[in-house]
Amino acid sequence: MTGPTPATPAPAPATPTVGAPAASAATYEVRVCAGSGCVANGSLAIAERFETAIAEADAGESMRVVKTGCHGLCAQGPVVVVGEDGIFYPAVDLDSADRIIDSVLDGRKPVEELLFRESPDGPPIARYDDVPFNARQQRIVLRNCGVIDPESLDDALACGDYVALRTALTTQTPEQIIETVRASGLRGRGGAGFSTGLKWQLARDAVGDLKYMCCNADEGDPGAFMDRAVLEGDPHAVLEGMAIAAYAIGASAGYVYVRAEYPLAVRRLRKAIADAEAANLLGDDIMGTGFSYHVSIREGAGAFVCGEETALIASVEGHRGMPRPRPPFPTTSGLWNRPTCINNVETLANIAWIVNHGAEAYSSIGSGTSKGTKVFALTGRIRHSGLVEVPMGLTVAEMVDDIGGGSSTTLPTKAVQIGGPSGGCLPASHFDTPIEYDALAAVGAVVGSGGLVVVDESTCMVAFARYFLAFTQDESCGKCVPCRIGTKRMLEIVTRITEGTGKPGDIEELERLGNAVRSASLCALGGTAPNPVLTTIRYFREEYEEHIRDKKCRAHACAALSNYLVVDEKCKSCGICKKNCPVSAISGEPKQRYLIDSDVCIKCGICESKCPFDAIIKV
Amino acid sequence: MTEHTCSCAKEAEAVDLTLLGPVLAAHAHDQGALIPVLQQAQEVYGYLPREVLREVAEQRETPFSEVYGVATFYSQFYLEPRGRTIVRICHGTACHVAGAPEVTSAIVDELGVRVGETADDLSFTVEAVACVGCCGLAPVVVTGEQVHGQMTPLAARKLAKQLRREATQ
Repeated sequence: MTGPTPATPAPAPATPTVGAPAASAATYEVRVCAGSGCVANGSLAIAERFETAIAEADAGESMRVVKTGCHGLCAQGPVVVVGEDGIFYPAVDLDSADRIIDSVLDGRKPVEELLFRESPDGPPIARYDDVPFNARQQRIVLRNCGVIDPESLDDALACGDYVALRTALTTQTPEQIIETVRASGLRGRGGAGFSTGLKWQLARDAVGDLKYMCCNADEGDPGAFMDRAVLEGDPHAVLEGMAIAAYAIGASAGYVYVRAEYPLAVRRLRKAIADAEAANLLGDDIMGTGFSYHVSIREGAGAFVCGEETALIASVEGHRGMPRPRPPFPTTSGLWNRPTCINNVETLANIAWIVNHGAEAYSSIGSGTSKGTKVFALTGRIRHSGLVEVPMGLTVAEMVDDIGGGSSTTLPTKAVQIGGPSGGCLPASHFDTPIEYDALAAVGAVVGSGGLVVVDESTCMVAFARYFLAFTQDESCGKCVPCRIGTKRMLEIVTRITEGTGKPGDIEELERLGNAVRSASLCALGGTAPNPVLTTIRYFREEYEEHIRDKKCRAHACAALSNYLVVDEKCKSCGICKKNCPVSAISGEPKQRYLIDSDVCIKCGICESKCPFDAIIKV
Repeated sequence: MTEHTCSCAKEAEAVDLTLLGPVLAAHAHDQGALIPVLQQAQEVYGYLPREVLREVAEQRETPFSEVYGVATFYSQFYLEPRGRTIVRICHGTACHVAGAPEVTSAIVDELGVRVGETADDLSFTVEAVACVGCCGLAPVVVTGEQVHGQMTPLAARKLAKQLRREATQ
C-alpha cells in the first residue's frame, strides 16, 4: 500500500503543550474556550468582543482569536488563554475582556488583577501550565483541546493531526501497527479495559468481505464528559485514530455513534468529516494510497445501554438497543453480521500519538498493567472541577487534593465515586489507592469511563447509592431477568431504607441480590449496576445500619429521616414560609416566632427554598 | 416505561403526512435508518403522532410493532405533543450532589408542571435528564438551548418565573 503521497499534512511538530501557539509563530493568539461549559457562561460574546477590538485596532494580521475546545477547568469558565506563554485568565466577563485586550494590544503585559489565584489573597499564577490543576497533567488525548480551533482543518494539520495516518499508510503494514498498539499497552478507555491491540488483532483475523471500524461516542455515564471534550475540541484526532484502526483491521466503512445530548459535538464532527473528505484524508483512495475508508455519523436517541457494544450495533442497525449474548463477539460477527471493531473516543484519540511516538514512549507512562494517561472528569464537592489527563497510577488523594484543590465546602471530603454508575465508592481512608485497573478492582471500584465524583459529609451514602441504582434500573433494557427484576428489587430495598422503613436483614438481602445480579446479567450494565450499593455497604455499612436501626441519616439528606427547623436568630418573621407551606405545618404571626410542626410537615423543602434569609435548616 | 394515556382529543387535528415524504425519501435505501427517520420526523412534527409511525412502518415495509417498539425504547422519542419551551433539569452525578433534587422541586412548584409532563397549554415540558456534560457548572438547568449553571432553589424559582412571564407575553 505504498504510493505517491500528496503533501497535505505538515510535518509533525513535537506534541504542543497547551500554552503553545497553534498556527504560525508570527500570529499572536487569544484562545477563548468554546466548549459547552464556557459557552454556557457566555464565552462566545467574549470572543466576539476580542474580535471587534482586534479589527478596530487594525491588528488582524499579527493577532487572531481562536475559539477552542474545552480547556478542562470548566468551573473557572469562561476561560481565556493568551499568547505563546499561555497567560491564563479565568472567569472572564465583558469588562475584564476589555482590559485583557487593551493589555494585549498595548505591550502584552499580563493584567495582574485578573490572573488566576489559588485563594483570594494568594499570589497570581500567570501561565496556564503552572496552575496546580494543570501542573501534574500530561496531555496526550487532550493534546490539541484548548489549543486549536476544532472547526479548522488547517489548525489541526498545523498541530500534527493526520501525520500518523500518513506514516501508517505509507510506511507500515497493518500487522506492524497492531503490534505497536499491542506493545503500547493501551487498554480500552470506555470501561472494560480490554487490550486495544488484541481487539484489533481479532478483528483483523476475522474473515469477512466487508469489515466495520466504529467509534463508540455514546458517553452515557452521568458525571463523565471527556469524550464530549475530545469530540468538541479535536474531532480530527478521533477520525485519524479511526482511519488508522480501519487500515489495521482492513475495514472500509464505519460509524461514529454519538449521544444525541451532545449537539455541538455532532455538529463539529460532521464538519470535520466533510473537511477531511474534501482534503482526501478520509473517503476513497486516501492520500493516493489506494486505501479507502468512509465514516458516517449515527446519533443515539437516548438509551444508556447503547454504550454496550452489542446494543450499539443493534441501535445502528435501527432496532431497539438491546444487547445480545457474546460470543460471537462483534470482532467476529457484528454490524450486519460483519466483523466489527468498536473503540471508544478516548482510546482512538491515543492512536495517532502512539504511532508518532512509538509503543515504548507510551508504555513508559503509567504504572503496572495500566499504561499511558487517562482523562478523568473531576466533579462534585471539589474546588477545581473539570477535565484532567494524568498518567495512570496517581493516587485518589493526589487527584482530589493536589489537582482538585480539596473540598469546596467547609465540610471534609467523605468519599469519591469512581467510574460512574458502574463504579464504586471509596472512603477517604482508601484515598492512597492508585488509580489503575488492578488496584481499583481490588478495592471494588473500576476505572470505568473516568468519572470521579467527590462528595463531602453532607452526602448520605445510602441515598447516593440509591441515586446510581435508580439510574441503572431506569436504563435497564429489560431483556434479561437478573438485571430487569434484580435491580428493581434492590432499588425497592434501598429506597425503603432511605425512607426510614428498612428492616433488619435488608443489608444482607442487598448483598445477596447484588452478587446474583452481578454474576448473572447478560451485559455489563447489569453486571456492574450493583457496584455502588455493594461498595457503599462495604465501606459505609454503619450508615445503612443507622438508617435501619436508629431511623437516622447522619448527613440529613434523607427527607423522611430529617426535620426542618426555623433558626430564630436568622428569622425575620416575614411569614413567607407559612404562606407557602402546602400542608399548613408552620404556625406563627408576623413579628413573632415561627414554628414547624414536624408531625404535619411532609418535608417537601418548599419553606427552605422560599426563605429569603436562609433561616430554615434541615436537621 | 412511560405510560401513554389516550390522546385522541389532542390528535383531533389531522396530521399532514406529506411532510414525511422527503424524510422517507432521504433514507429510502438505507436499511438501518429507522432511527434517523424517526428523529427527522420528530423534528418535523415536534413529536411522533401515531399516524406518522403507521406511515413510516408502511413506507419502509417494517412491521408497525417494530417501529412502535423502537419509538418507545429510546427516551428521546415522544409520542405526545411537547411544550414550546423544554426545561431540562440535569440529574447527572455532579448536579445531583450539588442539589439538583432541590432545584427540581423549586421549578416544579413554580411552573406547576411535574417532571416528565407538559403543561395543558403546551407552554412547558419539564424533564429530568441524565448528564448534559456541563458538570463543571453543576447544578445545571437547560431551557431550550440555553444552559443555566450553578443553580440554587432560589435562582431556579427566578428562572421559572421569568419563563412564565415570557410564555404569557
